[in-house]
Amino acid sequence: MIRRSLLKLANPQLLALIGVLLINWLLFPNFFRVTWQDGRFFGSLIDVLNRGAPVAILAVGMVGVIATKGVDLSVGAVMAVAGAVAATMVVAGYPAPIAVVAALVVGLLCGLWNGILVAILDIQPIIATLVLMVAGRGIAQLITEGFIVTFTDPVLIYIGTGSFLGFPMAAVIALVLMIIVTLVVRRTAIGLFIEAVGVNRAAASLAGIRSRMLLLLVYSLSGLCAAIAGIIVAGDIRGADANNAGLWLELDAILAVVIGGTSLLGGRFSVPLAVVGALIIQAMNTGILVSGFPPEFNLIVKAGLIFIVLVIQSPLASRLAPPRIKPVAKAAAK
Amino acid sequence: MNRSLRPLVATALIFAIAYALAVMQFPSMFSTRVLGNFLTDNAFLGIAAVGMTFVILSGGIDLSVGAVIGFTGVLVAVLISWLGLHPLLAFAIAIIVAGAFGAIMGLAIHYLQVPAFIVTLAGMFLARGGASVITRDSVPINHEFYAWISDLTIRLSGGGRLSVIGLTMVAIFIIGALLAHRTKFGSYVYALGGNPVSASLMGVPVARTTVAIYALSSILAAISGIVFSLYTSAGYPLAAVGVELDAISAVVIGGTLLTGGYGFVLGTFIGVMLLGLVQTYIIFDGTLSSWWTKIVIGILLFLFIVLQRLIFVASAPGEKTSKA
Repeated sequence: MIRRSLLKLANPQLLALIGVLLINWLLFPNFFRVTWQDGRFFGSLIDVLNRGAPVAILAVGMVGVIATKGVDLSVGAVMAVAGAVAATMVVAGYPAPIAVVAALVVGLLCGLWNGILVAILDIQPIIATLVLMVAGRGIAQLITEGFIVTFTDPVLIYIGTGSFLGFPMAAVIALVLMIIVTLVVRRTAIGLFIEAVGVNRAAASLAGIRSRMLLLLVYSLSGLCAAIAGIIVAGDIRGADANNAGLWLELDAILAVVIGGTSLLGGRFSVPLAVVGALIIQAMNTGILVSGFPPEFNLIVKAGLIFIVLVIQSPLASRLAPPRIKPVAKAAAK
Repeated sequence: MNRSLRPLVATALIFAIAYALAVMQFPSMFSTRVLGNFLTDNAFLGIAAVGMTFVILSGGIDLSVGAVIGFTGVLVAVLISWLGLHPLLAFAIAIIVAGAFGAIMGLAIHYLQVPAFIVTLAGMFLARGGASVITRDSVPINHEFYAWISDLTIRLSGGGRLSVIGLTMVAIFIIGALLAHRTKFGSYVYALGGNPVSASLMGVPVARTTVAIYALSSILAAISGIVFSLYTSAGYPLAAVGVELDAISAVVIGGTLLTGGYGFVLGTFIGVMLLGLVQTYIIFDGTLSSWWTKIVIGILLFLFIVLQRLIFVASAPGEKTSKA
């Protein structure tokens, strides 16, 4: 039993993460040094956790969407909207908890809107969520009236930059969210239903799964996760920047999910591995920064990474290197 | 009336009504000057949108368009200003590089059998990153050829002028329409978008067509980048961020079906003009902030997607039951 769980740990994603961290360590010998200062941990490793948290949170929401053969392009814009709502409300004098709840509700509604377009109006996910991606930043600017709304509310700042038991609050939130979502999808049948809808929505519906309800659920969760990430990012910079908050993070989130082994064709997903994917991306970001390369190299490295993952996932690769459990894979492919 | 022309007519009607309303409020919007600037200001978007129309007609999507525009701008600027090449040679190099880039994306999409959006996403990262690695600053272009082209305009009565880049867009739209509706390649694209399996059974060369479509999209994006560099007389790695979304919006508003297999290149032209109208109106109004553009485009996008659903559900009642 123990051996099996150890084997489970030795999956490509974790090995890749360890590999990236080791490369970082070679480039920057102090990479693994973690010090205790002012009641919290400090160090590059902690920085990876902290900076990777928003993408990890987005990835937790995105996994469900991609597992249903969809994609949510609006998460970056929803982050901006949620951050704008939270910041504007605390500046207007509302207590922070109410502002946070309001921002979460707005995120949930944005996700629900996407879900309605996809599930009820039967619009392709990439286009349905494009509407909010385009309009969302405009809405965020409408809320902030075109300004960067700065605030000094201690609760919001704590969510963005505080620490819990020495660990950055953002990372703790991401971890808790990951555990909750993983338990919900894996300890109930919901995960199986999501996979069924992803493989064949018509067949899943005929088998009695309420696929519309399920789609509404996964898109709402994605919106909610985006709102959480948006509040964290706003708290981090102590302000809501409608133009730049979460810009292009939807692409990072999709990349994290794909690195985590979730199939873009639907039907196979893993929440924890998507979070590992987000950490891999962030570890590369941090590595490129600390080793003195210009940050633009990031984009090229990411492009290379997508390409490698695609080649590994493609049918071409499985023909060259047949998987160990062939009959199962074949049945799944059919 | 031919049922298949309905979305095109709807778009044209909405544009006519919107323009009439705008002219009623600001009579000066109805002038050759504004119309000429419509073409010039939206030229780069229009050219990229022609390529996007082909991609969407084939059932795909190309997210790398904006990045290719930025990359081409930088490449052309560097070749001209740093290496001293003649602009025409620089244009040719840029178009060849972009064509190869698009062809590689097409190869990846076909042979790796992965969704187009993730491959072109990687392409977007690569082109944007490549441009930023070449230079992180804006590279100005000071060449007599550029000055000559900018001065080359056809004056119209009423103070309007048709610029070379505006006319280039019109020419590319006409060529694109002929390519889509009058050639074998065009029929292949429609067949592929309708149903790739039956297209391949009917003998459509799927691999060749897919590669050609994405190469075409990247080449048009490169021409768009050249036009953008003529428009701004500079190359900047972060230029044209998000143009792919505007191009997709223009194609959708122009009545092309997102699932592929149905649409018109000329519809995209009206879509581009409608986006241009929104921007011009907001500039004329003066009190509205520029972020209203995004909201209005989002609303238009939503309306046209719903309109498409309604028209196609109404015209093909059998399709709905098979899909649900």
